[in-house]
Amino acid sequence: MTGQVATRESYGKALLALGESRNDVVVLDADLSGSTKTKAFSQQYPERFFNMGVAEANMIGTASGLASTGLTVFASSFAMFAVGKAFEQVRQEIALPIANVKICASHAGLTTGEDGASHQVLEDLAIMRVLPNMRVIVPADGRETEAAIAAVAASEGPAYVRLSRMKTPVFLPDDYEFEFGKIPVLRDGSDITLAACGVCVHPALEAAEMLATEGIQARVLNVACIKPLDEATLIAASRDTGAIVTVEEHQRRGGMGSAVAEVIAEQAPCHVRRLGMDDRFGESGDGAELLAHFGLDAPSIAQAARETLALKQKGR
Amino acid sequence: MSDTEAAPAPANTTRNTPTMTPDFDKLAVTAKELRRDVLTMLHASASGHPGGSLGMTDVFTTLYFGGHMNVDPKNPAWEDRDRFVLSNGHICPILYAILAKLEFFPHSELITLRKLGSNLQGHPDTHFTKGVDACTGSLGNGVSVGLGMALGARIAKKDYRVYVGSSDGESQEGQVWEMASAAAHYKVDNLTVLIDRNGIQIDGFTKDVMDQGDLAAKYAAFGWHVQEVDGHDMKAVHAALEKAKTVRGQPQMICCHTLLGKGVSYMENVPKWHGVAPSDDELKQALSELAD
Ligand SMILES: Cc1ncc(C[n+]2csc(CCOP(=O)(O)OP(=O)(O)O)c2C)c(N)n1
Repeated sequence: MTGQVATRESYGKALLALGESRNDVVVLDADLSGSTKTKAFSQQYPERFFNMGVAEANMIGTASGLASTGLTVFASSFAMFAVGKAFEQVRQEIALPIANVKICASHAGLTTGEDGASHQVLEDLAIMRVLPNMRVIVPADGRETEAAIAAVAASEGPAYVRLSRMKTPVFLPDDYEFEFGKIPVLRDGSDITLAACGVCVHPALEAAEMLATEGIQARVLNVACIKPLDEATLIAASRDTGAIVTVEEHQRRGGMGSAVAEVIAEQAPCHVRRLGMDDRFGESGDGAELLAHFGLDAPSIAQAARETLALKQKGR
Repeated sequence: MSDTEAAPAPANTTRNTPTMTPDFDKLAVTAKELRRDVLTMLHASASGHPGGSLGMTDVFTTLYFGGHMNVDPKNPAWEDRDRFVLSNGHICPILYAILAKLEFFPHSELITLRKLGSNLQGHPDTHFTKGVDACTGSLGNGVSVGLGMALGARIAKKDYRVYVGSSDGESQEGQVWEMASAAAHYKVDNLTVLIDRNGIQIDGFTKDVMDQGDLAAKYAAFGWHVQEVDGHDMKAVHAALEKAKTVRGQPQMICCHTLLGKGVSYMENVPKWHGVAPSDDELKQALSELAD
């Protein structure tokens, strides 16, 4: 482990590097450049940055127009507003025309914390993954964020990258590589699979360690790339372990867990338990406290794994 | 600035009843007390938005304690109450401080702001807080909710008024102007929007981030009755609120020229204080500057 960093900070760093290496990269923000960390880019490359003010729908439409002129456009705001305020513009002007726009949005999920329900978007993965042509990525740590931003910049077309406000451990290895449509196996195991994304990946690894002390070997998958989804790795996990617990700071309905369940139900049925928000909104509080409160911390994940394993063993 | 001939008031209205002249010295004392509450709450939560909260304290103090808001803390859901929608929801600390002083909930709850389990959420939420009329926080939305409440009064044949807090940053949202044209189209005259025109938003001064030009003229062009006031001159704010009540056939906008962070020397007009909580030392200094 090498310290704690919020994935939004790594995004800011990755943008700076892109600004240097590619002069076709343009960045838009909606009065949140300090929070989304596009500010450093705006200061370094002011001619390639537009602050669009508190006007997300216009920002996304403008991003599409800029992309049509051959530019690679990054558009940032809080995930709630980039996805929520501008959904229709994202659908009609980014996904439909296959515009080269990367929507990189921070402050997603419960770990947005004190701002409360209005800002803690828990629906964005569901909304974005149903859009044709839209790739959906949730980096697990700062290192993966930098790799994922480089990858989306290097490949044409739309992408949604979900970033977090809260500082979390940087735990992936130095030589970690991000690949579209690939689910890295972070830990092997044959009793149960823990499939997590974003800030929930590290707690899933911790849960696997707790389970190991009880003799339960959990496989841990980092589902950072929700779309395109690596079906082969999921099917193998189902066949090898017979039980899957998914973990995300998102509604249970429609998110990463649902994406996994769709594949498993059709192609390799096994016990699936989806952890997430159970059809309710979040509330104000400290990010880490909220994860624990809503059953998404390591002890809660371990407990869900024990329960799911028991079901599997009963053969039900 | 536009001003229209007052049409005859509908029968049975109390809308036009002039409010008793408030005791402005007392209002000033109340405003100071509320500013101290705001700072103490934000310090306790270690996050939140002091700038706009302190900037709009004098306007909202005049609204709630100057006899304009017809509400009943014992019956927060009273059908005939005047509504208040804080569309720039991030400045809710001042709303919470006001609601506590009116005894919608115990004053002791203020320091639970933004903590897990608190009734005082980071942005206004009707499920949690008595006296809060709308869920806001996503800029642009609340103004439309206010419009709907005002139209609802027409259907229910009630004479309550709807006040909406908004801001220059929020005015960048297209939805604000969709609301503005609809309110004028439907001649919604029980709706008053109070804009915090402090010239600051998150990323800096509004003229640098996304210039709003002459907001008053824009609203006037949309067909609204518009007044501009010094948002720290409570007599002027009171007079503007009184005037707004007499307008018939037009929605009203009061453009409140304020100073972000008003009352705390190191915060005044400094964009950073849009959304940072004061430290121990900063709180101490602020409270001493705001001592009675
Ligand atoms: C739709 C939406 N976009 C972005 C934000 C984040 N945000 C919160 S306050 C703010 C600036 C608003 O400007 P203003 O109300 O003028 O700020 P103040 O005067 O209070 O400093 C922004 C962009 C939000 N709450 N809602």
